[in-house]
Amino acid sequence: MSRHTLSVLVEDQPGVLARVAALFSRRGFNIESLAVGPTEIEGVSRMTIAINVDKLPLEQVTKQLNKLINVLKIVELEPSASVQRELLLVKVKVDKDSRSSVLETVQLFRAKVVDVSTDALVIEVTGNSDKLDAFLRSVEPYGIKELVQSGMVAVGRGDKSITERSLRVADKTA
Amino acid sequence: MSTESTSSITGAESLVRSLEHAGVTDLFGIPGGAILPAYDPLMDSKKLRHILVRHEQGAGHAAQGYALATNRVGVCMATSGPGATNLVTPIADAYMDSVAMVAITGQVPSAAIGTDAFQEADIRGITMPITKHNYLVTNAADISRAIAEAFHIAGTGRPGPVLVDISKDALQASTDFVWPTNIDLPGYNPVTKPNSKQVKEAAKLIMESRKPVFYVGGGVIKAQAAKELYELAELTGIPVVTTLMARGAFPDSHRQHLGMPGMHGTVAAVGALQKSDLLITLAARFDDRVTGRLDSFAPFAAVIHADIDPAEIGKNREADVPIVGDVKETIIELIAAIKAEMKSGKRIEQDAWWAELNQMRTTYPLGYDLPNDGSVSPQLVIQRLGQISGPETIFTSGVGQHQMWAAQFIDYEVPGTWMNSGGLGTMGFAVPAAMGAKVGAPDKTVWAIDGDGCFQMTNQELATCAINDIPIKVGIINNQSLGMVRQWQTLFYNSRYSNTDLQTHRIPDFVKLADAYGCHGLRCESPDQIDAVIEKAMSLNDAPVVVDFSVHKDAMVWPMVSAGASNDEIKYARDLAPDWERGDAE
Repeated sequence: MSRHTLSVLVEDQPGVLARVAALFSRRGFNIESLAVGPTEIEGVSRMTIAINVDKLPLEQVTKQLNKLINVLKIVELEPSASVQRELLLVKVKVDKDSRSSVLETVQLFRAKVVDVSTDALVIEVTGNSDKLDAFLRSVEPYGIKELVQSGMVAVGRGDKSITERSLRVADKTA
Repeated sequence: MSTESTSSITGAESLVRSLEHAGVTDLFGIPGGAILPAYDPLMDSKKLRHILVRHEQGAGHAAQGYALATNRVGVCMATSGPGATNLVTPIADAYMDSVAMVAITGQVPSAAIGTDAFQEADIRGITMPITKHNYLVTNAADISRAIAEAFHIAGTGRPGPVLVDISKDALQASTDFVWPTNIDLPGYNPVTKPNSKQVKEAAKLIMESRKPVFYVGGGVIKAQAAKELYELAELTGIPVVTTLMARGAFPDSHRQHLGMPGMHGTVAAVGALQKSDLLITLAARFDDRVTGRLDSFAPFAAVIHADIDPAEIGKNREADVPIVGDVKETIIELIAAIKAEMKSGKRIEQDAWWAELNQMRTTYPLGYDLPNDGSVSPQLVIQRLGQISGPETIFTSGVGQHQMWAAQFIDYEVPGTWMNSGGLGTMGFAVPAAMGAKVGAPDKTVWAIDGDGCFQMTNQELATCAINDIPIKVGIINNQSLGMVRQWQTLFYNSRYSNTDLQTHRIPDFVKLADAYGCHGLRCESPDQIDAVIEKAMSLNDAPVVVDFSVHKDAMVWPMVSAGASNDEIKYARDLAPDWERGDAE
């Protein structure tokens, strides 16, 4: 099993998220994370889907996704050739003794404090999942009161865009 | 953008007009609350014949039979909630067997959607995994485009069912009618033209093979490529097997035809795949009922896989040469490429292969034992039905033993003369599918070969047939039980017959039932009556005919590969394995 990142361009139609989610569930594939939002093209949304599968099932995933009428294009983003980011908001317990060391950790990770109260800090971190995991390990000893994390979004490096053909189209047979 | 624009008609009128524009002439359905607005203008349509069925499942299977008989898109219509959910089985069936179908359902008014209103069901959500695509239309102006797209999607590429769910307020609102002449679906571009490099590669592999087989699937019939397949087979001399869905794609009488592969396939067809060095797969999908245990299926074969659906390629079996495209175009190009190879003096060496296959074929022909207690052999009944009715007759079937015997013992010479529920295995398919086929092909004799279990699931459509002058013929292979399940209980559950005895020798009386439905009812209880009863049934064309063939209940379907077993474990008859050297790679 290995982790793959798919960028999926879809028509912005009602039900399209349900179609994609239902397809994964029906074909027995697990979504690790899914993020969806608008793109530079009106009426087109982009989903970033992270999945853990072997190569062969991945080919089946992309082929089945391609069969959805509302799916316009699927591109697999290789980690080395793309920028992958997640957003984490975490509420960390602090007191007068721990506050400064938590703030030091925030600085080390180039994170941001976005809300301050006497007993807690809300910290915003972006990065790939390794960085977020490392950050969480660092603040865990202080006590995590609440945690929320976004799905991963990713974009290919360089000057090319997903609407060009140059990125490797995941479904090669089609 | 449009051929016709009329101002201010209702959404319902727009729907009716859209169906007319889509070329629909017949549809099957039942009205109800939410779809009611559509039925009013439907009454005035001069072009649309709506056949009022007795159960929505019947409408769906009828649309399937109609589509298969006409090579057009079949249409069914139902109301919201239970009307729509009753369509779920035929929609799933059409999805599994790639049947072009458009299902139209009424939905509760858009303001009520999501409130658990009376007769509300999220049919779009329910059918997402079993449709090629589906729509929920809540705006009258969107109806014509949705219908145009639905027909386009259902009938092109790999055919399949499309559902259009329309809210009642959209049917009632006023709109301008605009029939879209161009379909703009940027995410839907089925590849029809095969890659010629791949075709050449396939031709090369074929010329080099020593044990090739054409593994022919139902897509060859859908693509209307039987003529081209015939030419390809004649050109190459390669053996042909036709799957359950492809019966009729290649004449059974042809000397290169080894029969049907799979769980109940012929020894020669199964053996050919197992010993082959090259499967030339034409629009088949490596279904588990064909492959048996996948890791021991055709272990020595390289695979050429031609299919219009890229997702089928590599799904179950890795393809060495994948060819995405319309199978008819693929075969035409393949013929040209092979001819080019042959021009340079090459030929396919397969004399030894044919000797081996002929050995299997003559040692293990398809057959059955006649019961020695004077009862009627179900296989003989089905064989005689085929022989007496002739090659142009359309046969539909339910699911179970009678289905397998109908696939085995009727010789199919013409594509489109065999219709069954292959993928989903829907009991009750036969009668409504026969009804739809007869509406689509009124000049053809249509026999529904049904089981006594299957028949009791959908026989209410006999009323529809009798009233609407749709004289189908139904042969009930009555073994008083759920025969295939009983066969498995005999083989795998120590003959403990849990809940398979239908007692159909007493209840119902099928002849009386036929009479009650305004049909002719005939009975056949001894072997010497078979031909006379069939001939009598053939002579009655003023109303549907139902024949109750009372048959031996212990007859079993052979050959058989047990579920999950390797094809190498095929049994020719109970405890009788064919004598071929298994796993031998020479």
